[in-house]
Amino acid sequence: MSTPKQSKHEQILSTANALRWEVGERLHDSTIESLYKEAERIAGRSVAVEGGRPRISFDRTLDRLVTSRVFGFPLMFLLLAIVFWITIEGANVPSRLLADFLVDFAHPFLKETGTSLGLPWWLNGFLFDGMYLAMAWVVSVMLPPMAIFFPLFTLLEDFGYLPRVAFNLDALFRRAGAHGKQALTMAMGYGCNAAAMISTRVIDSPRERLIAILTNNFALCNGRWPTQILVATIFIGALVPPHLAGAASALAVVGVVLIGIFFTFLVSWGLSRTVLRGEVSTFSLELPPYRPPRIWRTLYTSLIDRTAIVLWRAVIWAVPAGGVIWLVSNIHIGGESLAGLTIGFLDPVGILIGLNGVILLAYIIAIPANEIVIPTILMLTVLMTGSAEVGGGAGVMFELDSETATAAVLHAGGWTLLTGLNLMLFSLLHNPCSTTLYTIYKETGSARWTWVSALLPLAIAFIVCFFVAQIGRMAGMV
Amino acid sequence: MTTMNPQQCEVCPVNKDAKLVQLGLEAGNFDFVVALAGNPNVGKSTVFNSLTGLRQHTGNWPGKTVVRAEGAFSYDAKRYKLVDLPGTYSLLSTSTDEEVARDFILFGQPDVTVVVVDATRLERNLNLVLQVLEITEKAVVCLNLVDEAKRHGIVVEERVLMRDLGVPVIPTAARNNQGIPELLRAIAEVATGTFVCKPKRFPIESGALHKAIGKMTAKVQQAFPSLPNARWVALRLLEGDQRIVDAIRSGELGDLTRRSALEDSLTTGRKKKVYNEHSQAV
Repeated sequence: MSTPKQSKHEQILSTANALRWEVGERLHDSTIESLYKEAERIAGRSVAVEGGRPRISFDRTLDRLVTSRVFGFPLMFLLLAIVFWITIEGANVPSRLLADFLVDFAHPFLKETGTSLGLPWWLNGFLFDGMYLAMAWVVSVMLPPMAIFFPLFTLLEDFGYLPRVAFNLDALFRRAGAHGKQALTMAMGYGCNAAAMISTRVIDSPRERLIAILTNNFALCNGRWPTQILVATIFIGALVPPHLAGAASALAVVGVVLIGIFFTFLVSWGLSRTVLRGEVSTFSLELPPYRPPRIWRTLYTSLIDRTAIVLWRAVIWAVPAGGVIWLVSNIHIGGESLAGLTIGFLDPVGILIGLNGVILLAYIIAIPANEIVIPTILMLTVLMTGSAEVGGGAGVMFELDSETATAAVLHAGGWTLLTGLNLMLFSLLHNPCSTTLYTIYKETGSARWTWVSALLPLAIAFIVCFFVAQIGRMAGMV
Repeated sequence: MTTMNPQQCEVCPVNKDAKLVQLGLEAGNFDFVVALAGNPNVGKSTVFNSLTGLRQHTGNWPGKTVVRAEGAFSYDAKRYKLVDLPGTYSLLSTSTDEEVARDFILFGQPDVTVVVVDATRLERNLNLVLQVLEITEKAVVCLNLVDEAKRHGIVVEERVLMRDLGVPVIPTAARNNQGIPELLRAIAEVATGTFVCKPKRFPIESGALHKAIGKMTAKVQQAFPSLPNARWVALRLLEGDQRIVDAIRSGELGDLTRRSALEDSLTTGRKKKVYNEHSQAV
């Protein structure tokens, strides 16, 4: 850059500095004022309103209802419960059909093909008993609930309900010292925590954004919904007469969601009063008009963009995890399998917090993806209880074609209502998956905060489960 | 069966005579850059999807698009890159979103800026339109949600609006692909220079300010004769906007006015820098 040009630039800046004193602070306000006036004038010339406005008054009435002090929250939970109930009731049959095909029919077929091709037993086992079965299991357990849950959630979103939820929760977040828009990032978390980390960019203040990031984990992601729904069906649904089982399980899942929201507020509150102290920023959130959702379009996008992507991710992680499970079950050290040794080692800690070694090992194997927790638990349980008549030998994810069979395996593994309850809590509160942690690292650029976001929830999960276990045992819930 | 809207043929991928080819993510090698701006929740992502054929998730809540999405389409044998900016109410850069949008319109120098506005809330949306027109001359107003406006009994005279703003105003209902062919034609006309925009700039009334702004604008104009937005730069400087002060000091603003062959490459390099700062792979 040549010198005369440089000085010309500096000259402009000094003129600006001099004139700034002249115009003073009025400049900003009068510019905005002129702008608004002009917008009003132009709009006035081109907009004509005819007759009454039935739609707008409909919107207002609906808004008064869904954001009312009395009905706002109950309506929110009712909607949530209905969505879960439809998911739970609807997923049963297709889940069984998928398992019939992928596990009962395709698995033996593949294994026989492997044998007839002359594959060595370990390769045949690793490929089909480990990798293939893990994949088949994930698909049959996850696909039906996701294919029902995501479109329903997307329909609510397209209709315009989410900003009303944010509106309802705003006051609570404010009192917790967090940003009102955290309600939106939390809602994203119910889909996927990793995606929600990116969505926290809507929060401008770094302090409030960190709070949103650190507490997003308490919003159950789609990898954890199937765990919650299955465990609730087996342990909570079984407490009531069969015709009420679906509703009871749905309510239990809503309860877990509420506990998650409670911890979101509690931890936000704690953070904003300790390490992340500061002012709450104000913002304006526009309640958009209700729009009739385009059902087919929504079904298409939520199936293709959400369900397929999430399922694909689950499958990608389930395949190597299946391999790992098969290996740890089949590699023996001193007569005991690697899995057995680890479980024996983890068992005391697990039992102390109302879980068991199997669950803890499953959570370690499932760090990459929460989706594979349930299949891993089932597989390891069968292995440990040695119920060879149910399973298909070491490292085989066996065929369970209904919840009753799953329940039988879990009960055989020494599971009680308390184990189920603690598993639901642990699944809600524990550390986020590795994809989410990586996203947190990318978004915050800080290894320290990434560690905090992994260890803080994990510590909370251990503490909560510990107390629930102790209280449950004292109350006689073995 | 529903009757086909004849307009839809022009944007239908099956129609071989259609001028629009949705290129999805193939954003390399383009002739023109088009920016998509607008208030939150006015259907920018829907417009984006119907132009590019991408299926970016659209949700009915403000602030959904946090990362800048890019896509491409080709129309009448020209390739366009389309950049979906985050929704903002203004360009006064009080938040990151506003800064991303403003920096892109100013420094990214899109060939056309499409401002999507909500026909049911025109007055408030015009605040942003007027601010965009302060920065760039090459703009098209996409008057979206006219179907919703009609249901509410609101009628917008787009010709009056067009005369008042000095840029093309295209009524659309992007959810149903209504008006998209017309929007494409307007974008192409502005990009190729077939249509010359004469944006109206809003008057600033206060007498004392008028003089100071006039003085400052003259100064800026003198230093950068071909700058299309001298008054806006003058206003920002008077307000002490640090980003603009820096841009003057570093010569970045000067570069925007001279696109010689040599400097073109520099500008492309800079454009890239602006992307890297604000866009992140999802």
